[in-house]
Amino acid sequence: MSDVASSARGDLKLSQITKSYGDFIAVDDLSLSIPEGSFFALLGPSGCGKTTTLRMIAGLEEPSNGSISLGTTDITHTKPYQRPINTVFQNYALFPHLTIFENIAFGLRRRGIKEVDEAVNKALNLVELPHLAQRKPTQLSGGQQQRIALARAIVNRPALLLLDEPLGALDLKLRRQMQIELKWIQKEVGITFVHVTHDQEEAMTMADTIAVMNEGRIEQMGSPADLYDNPETAFVANFLGQSNLIKGTISGSDGDSQIVDLFGQKISLQKSRSHGVDNSIYAGIRPEKFRISRLETATSGNLLTGGKVEDVSYIGVSTQYQVLMPWGQELMVFEQNDDGVAPFSVGESVNISWEPIFTFGLRGDEDAEAGTEVNPDEDLAEE
Amino acid sequence: MNKIKTPYLLLLPGMGFIFVFFLLPIVNLANTSTQTPIGGGDTGENEQTWRFANYLDAFIENREQFGRSFLYASIATVLALLIAYPLAYAIAFKGGKYKNFMLVLVIAPFFTSFLLRTIAWKQILGEQGFVVQPLRSLGVIAESTTLTSSAFAVVMGMTYNFLPFMTLPLYASIDRIDPRTLEASGDLYANGLTTFRKVTLPLSMPGVVAGTLLTFIPAAGDYVNATILGSPQTKMLGNVIESRYFRIVDYPTAAALSFTLMATILVLVTIYVRKAGTEELV
Repeated sequence: MSDVASSARGDLKLSQITKSYGDFIAVDDLSLSIPEGSFFALLGPSGCGKTTTLRMIAGLEEPSNGSISLGTTDITHTKPYQRPINTVFQNYALFPHLTIFENIAFGLRRRGIKEVDEAVNKALNLVELPHLAQRKPTQLSGGQQQRIALARAIVNRPALLLLDEPLGALDLKLRRQMQIELKWIQKEVGITFVHVTHDQEEAMTMADTIAVMNEGRIEQMGSPADLYDNPETAFVANFLGQSNLIKGTISGSDGDSQIVDLFGQKISLQKSRSHGVDNSIYAGIRPEKFRISRLETATSGNLLTGGKVEDVSYIGVSTQYQVLMPWGQELMVFEQNDDGVAPFSVGESVNISWEPIFTFGLRGDEDAEAGTEVNPDEDLAEE
Repeated sequence: MNKIKTPYLLLLPGMGFIFVFFLLPIVNLANTSTQTPIGGGDTGENEQTWRFANYLDAFIENREQFGRSFLYASIATVLALLIAYPLAYAIAFKGGKYKNFMLVLVIAPFFTSFLLRTIAWKQILGEQGFVVQPLRSLGVIAESTTLTSSAFAVVMGMTYNFLPFMTLPLYASIDRIDPRTLEASGDLYANGLTTFRKVTLPLSMPGVVAGTLLTFIPAAGDYVNATILGSPQTKMLGNVIESRYFRIVDYPTAAALSFTLMATILVLVTIYVRKAGTEELV
């Protein structure tokens, strides 16, 4: 394998990639650039096109349009086996007829490397399973198979490692543990990881950069904190965690902030966090950013008055309230149980306040429910 | 207590059947194989004399047919494998929603009698058939060559008749292969041919072994194809056994030949299965 494609290194660049099956457009004019050495996550609900995107990067699907390049090499039409890219498949896809050792050595042997022992053992040590070398895949637990799949890919030192829902089949506890381990391994080996998942928590735990995908397009791309604190669309605001979106109009300006009128009550919104196109806007606030109080002593922050507690759920670390506002909308409020104050009870009149910096603004013509119907723990067998 | 007995009770009818229709005849056959004709008795009247030399005599006398049986069966098995593998592969991986329909087509010939189908081959390869004339005009075969009554026809007939026995186990095996392991192979720098050699073929070995056994074993003992499509020069062991039993009424020789055939097949199959190493396959 001495061709150019196999030795390509550098940033991965997707330019205006489209993939359609008949009338169905799985990936729609998608462009993105993944810097070398980063941990990148493609996050989205089932059928958003993230797995198709991954398969096009791997070479298992060919884009209908657009191009893919690695560094300066165009790899759009090269075969999977010609790309310096390896994949950890969703169901691991280990070779059932080969031992663990031979599974890991497979890629090395195909590239004509004779001395595989050292590299294979190193990979086995990296995933902490050196004692399983002579077993067959069926003799391993799901978590062990997952690690072997990772070792089988990493041993080849690819320019790019693709992970297709790699933790989807593991139970919650193991998943959390593997998330931390994967991140550690990525730092250790320094390979670019592209991770596809529908689990927003998983993406936020592991990735440096997340691209949120919906209906074949990228909704927003950024660091986990960026996406969470400053979402640009209702889909992102709802898919990553929960959001309260309150309909309003921009009624004025005050330095770096906009004054937003929410059903007669004025709040302030930083211009850098406002993504509206006209005066119609949704003011968004994360539930844990709210403070709930009996008094109208609200401080320098934003304040909404006239709320009534509709529902209280005590969940240990926090208490969750549903607060009915005068305009008929229920807001979610998460209060940390750290102040020793007795929880509010149903029917109590309360006010809600928050720091203005936590407000984000979305286009007023968006669907405020976008991204909420998706239950991230459903349909593991995606696409 | 009853629960423990139930499986054994369920076994009874099957065991009884095998005892009466397999075990007893086998013992009887073994008994016959060392008998000799009663002096002055009628044809077919034999007595037990423990003459094991029957085996040697029978083998030496018919070693040509013996070799032919295994040669023809081997060729037919290899041909059937070469035809059935791509077929089973295509049905398993490309069949889509037509998978079941295609499988029905594979076994469709079974709806007609084995004999009729073999006779049909005689027609196809015969002088009035549509195969001979084109081949002659194209110069593939000489004007004087006929296709029937030849080793070629016998092997073709066997290949055709046993093809479904090869195709079905192959299909069952290939269909179980997770296509993602093939993708993984491509992902790990194996091209199409290497993926086939290193992943597809090893994973379909149980089907290959089952298919070749199901083809080779009956083919080695077959005499219908050789009778209908062959000539005296293409006689197989099955033909000899058949004529010893029903025409010459020489039961001991027929029985000895039957046992020799059985034993040889058993040995070959054991070596083959060992070599193919399918025991450790999942």
